Amino acid sequence: MYQYDEYDHTLVRERVAQFRGQVARRLKGELTEDEFRPIRLMNGLYLQLHAYMLRIAVPYGTLSSTQMRMLAHIARKYDKGYGHFTTRQNIQFNWPKLEDVPDILADLASVEMHAIQTSGNCIRNVTADQYAGVAADEIEDPRIYAEIIRQWSTLHPEFSFLPRKFKVAVTGSDHDRAAVRVHDIGLHIRRNTKGEVGFEVLVGGGLGRTPVIAETIRKFLPKRDLLSYLEAILRVYNQLGRRDKLLKARIKILVQSVGAERFAEMVEAEWEHLRDGALVLPAEEVERIRAFFAPPAYETLDVNQPAFEAARFEDRAFAEWCRTNLAPHKTPGYGIVNISLKGIGEAPGDATAEQMELVADLAERYSFDEVRVTHEQNLVLPHVKLTDVHAIWQALKPAGLATPNLGLVTDMITCPGLDFCNLANARSIPIAQRIGKCFENLDRQYNIGELKIKISGCINACGHHHVGHIGILGVDKKGEEFYQITLGGNAEEDSSIGQIVGPAFAYDEVVGAVETLVETYLLERRNGERFLDTYRRVGIAPFKERLYDAH
Amino acid sequence: MTLIRREGVVEDPWTFVEDGAPLPKGASVIVTLERWQTDSNALLAHDGRLGVRLKSDQTADAIADALAKFDLVALEFPTFKDGRAYSTARLLRERHGFTGELRAVGNVLRDQLFFMLRCGFDAFALPDHAMSEAWLEAFGEISVVYQPTADGRPPIATFRR
Repeated sequence: MYQYDEYDHTLVRERVAQFRGQVARRLKGELTEDEFRPIRLMNGLYLQLHAYMLRIAVPYGTLSSTQMRMLAHIARKYDKGYGHFTTRQNIQFNWPKLEDVPDILADLASVEMHAIQTSGNCIRNVTADQYAGVAADEIEDPRIYAEIIRQWSTLHPEFSFLPRKFKVAVTGSDHDRAAVRVHDIGLHIRRNTKGEVGFEVLVGGGLGRTPVIAETIRKFLPKRDLLSYLEAILRVYNQLGRRDKLLKARIKILVQSVGAERFAEMVEAEWEHLRDGALVLPAEEVERIRAFFAPPAYETLDVNQPAFEAARFEDRAFAEWCRTNLAPHKTPGYGIVNISLKGIGEAPGDATAEQMELVADLAERYSFDEVRVTHEQNLVLPHVKLTDVHAIWQALKPAGLATPNLGLVTDMITCPGLDFCNLANARSIPIAQRIGKCFENLDRQYNIGELKIKISGCINACGHHHVGHIGILGVDKKGEEFYQITLGGNAEEDSSIGQIVGPAFAYDEVVGAVETLVETYLLERRNGERFLDTYRRVGIAPFKERLYDAH
Repeated sequence: MTLIRREGVVEDPWTFVEDGAPLPKGASVIVTLERWQTDSNALLAHDGRLGVRLKSDQTADAIADALAKFDLVALEFPTFKDGRAYSTARLLRERHGFTGELRAVGNVLRDQLFFMLRCGFDAFALPDHAMSEAWLEAFGEISVVYQPTADGRPPIATFRR
């Protein structure tokens, strides 16, 4: 993992002191809420329906046990005993008091964490593949570059008042687990024909009111040019992105209005001035950062681990959990353990202080002290010996953390919705809870197979509904909650935006509608196709027919 | 209006002259870009120093060729949220080599001072004198920086090598 040196520490500490002063000025009335708003937003502090919400950055989703324990401490001391992991690999606390926030930030700073740039119109926390460093198909660990970008973007003076927020994601494998195509900038690590490693640069993806799949503006960018090229993109956007209308302000609208080709030309023209300047990324700096992400001291093990196989054979429930929640690791004898935060009937992405502490303990004992947060709102223990997997499962079970549903219909992405968020039109969490209950039976879930349901409580699409195999969007119809359903969205390397299936459903009809869609899929499915494959083959018509005939 | 620089509150020797208004004799005057573009001969004949004021949608390129004629460039922030002037400032300093006064005017807030300094601004027009003390405090709030920019502060990377 990356470790702060004295400079990183200084910056974060000074930032805390600065914010402490700003909060004191606010509490004394020297700053109005209007004046304070941009300041608190620079530090991840939102004002929501019932209280402040503090969003804490988890850079590229990587946490140490110490950091996870601190999050548990914050949940317990300053909040109501739980936190919410988000689709940007961050964590949110829903109930902090304004006067406590400087202390929370100071606690975070002590474990090399902060809330800088988790809100506001700036470069947000950089996200990455949750299997970084352990995926077998990886070219390079994306966290190296995510960390380099984190440093470059932190308090970037030119890009802290962009037209709109700006999200960057990095992935290092062909299979894209980081949804880079729905980010303002997606960086996909590639190897060129000469065998050199660099980046495919995608720009202008995003969800929200206008969902767009990013377009490639450069097929191969050498590593040395990473920061100068990003600076060129951001500068073009800062100058030309629309500022007259909030809904037109994201970079995707600029890229669409001039066309990806013309946008690429503008970036290249700006880059000509910057490419050999102060932002050249020296190979030594890449290596210095790479050392922080060096693989831990794995043991040399056999691929076959009889004790693990025996446990699977003897314990059906364990075998079921392994089937969904254990992923292959690049090192023989190791596995990647996924901890689902989608317990049936629970709020997706939520974890209690006790659960966080348990995960921290397990990471310390079994996973080289490392935890990952996924954009699908689950947790990962990335380096687990197969022979330890059974013990981990046994420890997770009583804590409600052994739900065997990763990638299945009950593993939903869900935004906080109207229960917390002042932007929301409709509730999201109760919809997820009801769908969870409906599909609780495991055999039924296995039979359905991979199916990604994503739920947003409003058009801002924090729940990624546009890229759900089934997307559910809460809308307000004359003061009543309604839900629009889309089909066929996908966030991976073959990204697609879901299509609206028809008129929206009332709150009480949504679960029935999802069931009908699933039944239609099961009828239409051929040779073990996934829901998405069937949809892509047969199109929307059969789903539409059954859905609206039945109602 | 109070003018602040790194050294503190200073007397403002410059006068902004509205379009069409006569230039005060011998004075240091700031004019709009439009006036410069339509009336440059008269302005060049003026017997005092010359400054130009750009709106946030007017780019560095608009004055790049004439930069040697100006002792001051003022960049407007119509609202603090409009960050275009940060790019303009860096381009003037870093690409076009402007060494005169770079002044932030408009909705200029203390909490943006750090970013403005880093982009090459060295003078700040405040609406209210009462704020100046708090402003001076803000100059030193963050002592380390990651990016190489117009202010010439060595980024953290240079200490690490």
